[in-house]
Amino acid sequence: MRSKTWGSAAVAIGAVALLAGCAGGGGDASGGGNELTILIGSSGDAETQAVQAAADAWAEENDASVEVVAASDLTQQLSQGFAGGDAPDLFYMSWDQFANYAQNGYLDAYAEELPNAGDFYGNLVDTFTYDGTFTCAPKDFSTLGLIINTDLWAAAGLTDADIPTDWASLEAAATRLTTGDTVGLSFGLEYARLGVFMNQAGGQLVDGDTVTADSPENLEGLQYVQRLHDAGVLKWPTEIDAGWGGEALGAGKAAMVIEGPWIKGIEGDFPDTNYQAYELPAGPGGQSTFTFTNCWGIPADGGDTRDLAVSLVEYLTGDEQQLEFADAFGVIPSTEAAAATYAENYPENASFVAGADYAVSPVNFAGSASVITDFNSQLSGLVGGDAQGILSSLQEDLQAALDEANGE
Amino acid sequence: MARGIRGPEGRYGWAFVTPAMVIIGVFLVLPILLALYVSFSDWNGLGSPLGNSRPVGGENYANVLVESGLAQRDFGTAIRNNLYYVLLVVPLQTALALFLAVQVNNRLLKARGFFRTAFYFPSVTSSVAITTIFIFLFASSGAINQVLAWFGAAGPNWFADPNGIFSPVTGGLTADGPLGLTWAAWLSGPSVAMCVLIILAVFTTSGTFMLLFLAALQNVGTEIEEAASVDGAGSLRRFFSVTLPMLKPTLFTVLTLGLIGTWQVFDQIYLTGGGAPGKTTLTPAFLAYDTSFSELQWGEGAAISFILFGIIVALTLFQRWVLRDRDLGRSGERRARRAEARLRREAEGARS
Repeated sequence: MRSKTWGSAAVAIGAVALLAGCAGGGGDASGGGNELTILIGSSGDAETQAVQAAADAWAEENDASVEVVAASDLTQQLSQGFAGGDAPDLFYMSWDQFANYAQNGYLDAYAEELPNAGDFYGNLVDTFTYDGTFTCAPKDFSTLGLIINTDLWAAAGLTDADIPTDWASLEAAATRLTTGDTVGLSFGLEYARLGVFMNQAGGQLVDGDTVTADSPENLEGLQYVQRLHDAGVLKWPTEIDAGWGGEALGAGKAAMVIEGPWIKGIEGDFPDTNYQAYELPAGPGGQSTFTFTNCWGIPADGGDTRDLAVSLVEYLTGDEQQLEFADAFGVIPSTEAAAATYAENYPENASFVAGADYAVSPVNFAGSASVITDFNSQLSGLVGGDAQGILSSLQEDLQAALDEANGE
Repeated sequence: MARGIRGPEGRYGWAFVTPAMVIIGVFLVLPILLALYVSFSDWNGLGSPLGNSRPVGGENYANVLVESGLAQRDFGTAIRNNLYYVLLVVPLQTALALFLAVQVNNRLLKARGFFRTAFYFPSVTSSVAITTIFIFLFASSGAINQVLAWFGAAGPNWFADPNGIFSPVTGGLTADGPLGLTWAAWLSGPSVAMCVLIILAVFTTSGTFMLLFLAALQNVGTEIEEAASVDGAGSLRRFFSVTLPMLKPTLFTVLTLGLIGTWQVFDQIYLTGGGAPGKTTLTPAFLAYDTSFSELQWGEGAAISFILFGIIVALTLFQRWVLRDRDLGRSGERRARRAEARLRREAEGARS
């Protein structure tokens, strides 16, 4: 009797020890010397396989093995990795999270050591420069362009001479293209699209240490968008039952949209839609577009895999490899030379490359992301609302965030 | 320690509860204490909080509660949204659950088993699946709007409509209210998008609570109901004066569980776009997640969680006080004395 009781107690304690053992065992899979883990936010199988193939090619030369993990929620999985002391050796770092990560000391500033550090586009280098240090290497980039459904364009009796080059011709074309079932122009109601018009009007959000969000130029940009919407020639994708601009274009619900090279992705769902990309029309302040980009992040405490990861980045950002990525999943190479080759190889995407000359990055200092999220949510009140009020609120919050970012 | 004939029983007792205590301690108590510490620290999510952070006092709490700015406004918005969610979901789901339970408890109802299963079904289905289906149903050209169109009504663009349902009435109130929001924002009611989530919550959870009510109803003996009928009580009177008071313990359980569940709503928010449209479906639970994981302000995120914890505890205590047993305690005695006096008066009145 007595020994039986003690026996079950021993079993119970053993079970606890087993549980504890399980909890402790899984953590250090990526700790090995020449084994690297890459965490990517993949657009699909094509991208995952291309990255894995490139990594394998590098690994063979360098006596290492690389595991590519496609994250289902990159931000969350990165945070979890860093908090658990088990960050991936290399990962996609998006432009909007970059400053937050850099400010909190998550990132190794390796980019200046790269032999090809000078080959990248200047504005991409600026995006990934924190506190004066070029921190991580941009892996590719996208710009926004005006995508036109060529069938609807021809059906409306428009020709190449009508391709919008300024705000007036954009409005005219949108008006001509608007019919009962189709709206002339569509893009998401968010800073990542409307900010382009604010910049085209000559505005910007941050000038050095000062926030200039409530400038007359920014207001002019928003009012232009308001006017188009009031006239009924512009509708947000949600209003015409589309998840995003590409879907609106593909389904023929919108004749023109503002999207990036990823528009190629609609070919699967809408193989019969013919479209062509052009540079965005210029506003009163000249031409402007946004550039969106990711960089290859290396964790600050990379340990013994750090140098290997840097060498892998050098391989992945090489012109040859970037052009292969472009082949596989359509991104634009981040170096000027490779991008030029890309524009020759893919003339349909040449306008996106041309946009890179004057593109700016959306505002991305540490702490700006939550302010931009708030701006996006306030923009939902833009139609029939007070554009100046929205900008004033943005001015106040963004200045507060900038002061805090500079104060530290 | 007295050692009687039972020997060292205490030792066995400890031996048996130790595994449970160790598990609860390691997986529950320690993490909560650590989170409490994080809410008072500047931990940025890099490595373990112990050794990689320093205490900053109540700064995280001050950021969301008193210092005016975006963090405070977001928190205020989240509380506002969730408050409307709780105010509508808890009474509706409790009433619906009770109604359904009474119906399927009815002996005259045919195919009771079928109805019980049907009403319980949404509760066993994953909330992710149901939310996804709701997103399709309430799309701007989805099934709901098409049905409305048969009746000539133009349905709203449900998940993209940030207007509060009372905002046409409250739009003029520009005075500042608590937590950085204007009174207009506080009183504008849940947005159209939030109303869809409210319907969803009522639909999915009332089945669970129906089960609790059903179990309680089956404990109410038929003889009590028969006695009430003999005394001349109609069916409504019988329900409100006899059945419902007997369900009070269950009612308390249902309200408490409902309150806790609704203040912690997260998955529906995550799936419908993290607060979109216009932050009108943002809730404290999602805000805590977003603040921690996206903005790397782990201290502030933890602080929001603990404020939420405080709100839930306070409201549960309040509800316990409202539903307390009125026959007990000093107020119970007072009530009993008054009832006795009334009976006496009436008896004397009848005699004279």
